[in-house]
Amino acid sequence: MSVREATPYVPKPVSTRFLRSELMLIFGRRRNWAGMAALAAIPIIIAVVMKLWPGGGGGPDFFNQIANNGLFVSLAALTAELPLFLPLAVAAIAGDSVAGEANTGTLRYLLAVPVDRTRLLAVKYLGVVIFAFAAVALVAATGMLIGLLLFGGGDVLLLSGSMVGFGEGVLRVLGVVLYLGVCLSALGAIGVFVSTLTEQPIGATIAIMVLTVLSFILDQIEQLDWLQPYLLTHHWMDYGEFLRDPVDLGALVPGLLVAAAYTGVFLAGAWARFAGKDVSS
Amino acid sequence: MAEAALREGGDRSVPALGASSHRSDDAVATYGLTKRFGHQVAVDSVELRVPRGAVYGFLGPNGSGKTTTIRMLLGLIMPTAGRHDLLGEPFQEKAGAILPRVGALCEGPAFHPYLSGRANLARLDAADRTADPRTVKRRIDAALERVGLTAAAGKRYRAYSLGMRQRLAIAAALLTPRDLLILDEPTNGLDPQGTREVRALVSGLAAEGATVMLSTHLLSEVEQICTHVGVMHQGKLVTQGSLAQLRARAQRRVRVETERPEAAAETLTALGLAEVTTGPGTAEGLLGELAPEKIVATLVHDDVPVRGFGVVAPDLEDMFVELTGEGFDVSA
Ligand SMILES: Nc1ncnc2c1ncn2[C@@H]1O[C@H](COP(=O)(O)OP(=O)(O)O)[C@@H](O)[C@H]1O
Ligand SMILES: [Mg+2]
Repeated sequence: MSVREATPYVPKPVSTRFLRSELMLIFGRRRNWAGMAALAAIPIIIAVVMKLWPGGGGGPDFFNQIANNGLFVSLAALTAELPLFLPLAVAAIAGDSVAGEANTGTLRYLLAVPVDRTRLLAVKYLGVVIFAFAAVALVAATGMLIGLLLFGGGDVLLLSGSMVGFGEGVLRVLGVVLYLGVCLSALGAIGVFVSTLTEQPIGATIAIMVLTVLSFILDQIEQLDWLQPYLLTHHWMDYGEFLRDPVDLGALVPGLLVAAAYTGVFLAGAWARFAGKDVSS
Repeated sequence: MAEAALREGGDRSVPALGASSHRSDDAVATYGLTKRFGHQVAVDSVELRVPRGAVYGFLGPNGSGKTTTIRMLLGLIMPTAGRHDLLGEPFQEKAGAILPRVGALCEGPAFHPYLSGRANLARLDAADRTADPRTVKRRIDAALERVGLTAAAGKRYRAYSLGMRQRLAIAAALLTPRDLLILDEPTNGLDPQGTREVRALVSGLAAEGATVMLSTHLLSEVEQICTHVGVMHQGKLVTQGSLAQLRARAQRRVRVETERPEAAAETLTALGLAEVTTGPGTAEGLLGELAPEKIVATLVHDDVPVRGFGVVAPDLEDMFVELTGEGFDVSA
């Protein structure tokens, strides 16, 4: 009965407006800048330390390769951050995804807009995925920049002993980034699920980290070797495959399948939990 | 007149479930709406009827189930039983199409503390698939202007006073043109000046043709700006209708001053008055449909010495105290 627009706006079937707004929330938040600064600091610290106190050995280890080629700062930093810093960053964002909105009470206003609950989960999860890829890319790119600056580039010595050109070396690092992005996106799916269970974002983040660390611990216990191929984190280190010649993409399939399975199961769980949930926050 | 009013009001009997053929044209209509939390029945078979164009005061003391009802109206929580229509459409099936026409405030304002007021509105607008992105700036400016937040639009939300927060929440409800506004305690926590401004805003919106349903625990608020009222008490809607209807429904009492209250009471009872009581030098009873003149004539005929005679119509406050057993805060 109130005055409507003369020419009513016809909604597009797919609009990226909400997703863009979500990304602005994630990447515009000061807390997350601090987190990303910490992620980017690690490759810088590694490179500076290696420059000041050059190590001895010339083995296949990424750290020992840094003096020969700055590109390895990227790989050394990713290896160093994979057990804790990268999962923690993703857990912070994923844990906050739904629980954070519930905690501030903004969830009820989003739903009343209305935002369809399935769409809300989809946008929240996409935001987490984009953050996961961005976080890995940030570590790799910072490592590459500081590495080239301090140690220079040149041909890359692979784990299998052969050399490839610098350009191909960069492509292989990109492959590592994409693979780890997928792995961390699976963690993000668990995170979004946990985030639908609570109104406490910090609690959700801690729970996600507990699950991650548990997966790392179980992966160390020999008696559980039958279980280990199915653990979330078991295949994360498989990215070393990108540094063999030739790259056998088949070796990455188990890791990708496990990631896809965790993603599917936990997104379905998040949906089942959230679609009919009472929002009384 | 009062009879007709009663039937017009909330006492219509309506089939509770599965009556898809039955569509009310009311802006809000609930059918047996019920919400249980464990053993507690927070909302109990509520049959709201908010006519189009009304300013409906959803009145009840704290904890009477107003917010829970509003959460169900907005689809935030699922009813344990019952269903509802908004703007003449069944909510369960059409929520996505109805809600863009509904502006809401539920259980106080809630925004991202580290974003500015303007950024918070942009966030909500971005989430609205039906909102036109080409007009977003103009619509946000207009909403901010309307609630008087233009100057503070760039400040972070966490620096806002409670009154500013409340007004930002109202601005969010006004981002697009709305046919129905559901406002949960819109003046809660405001100072007298802010309260006046919000009430003026609500009246203005209603004048433009929107239906407004606002919850409140203040009877004075209902008397000042509402055309209709529904009273909640312990999860039940104990009465509803237009203010005029309710006033007409108010049970008028007659009061006879006499040396012989017992005799007067006998006459009143004989005339069919209910709830006849006596006090020192007085007799009282519910007037009902009887003409007061007839009572006086009969008293005189029965040789009851009448010193004084009066008809007392209770005000809304008295009525609601009677309905709910509690008073309403009439300050503010
Ligand atoms: N999520 C919930 N879980 C359990 N009880 C609740 C919940 N929400 C509300 N209640 C209870 O329902 C009753 C009605 O609350 P509410 O609707 O908030 O009342 P009002 O808005 O009228 O003050 C209260 O007794 C309250 O404690
Ligand atoms: Mg309330």
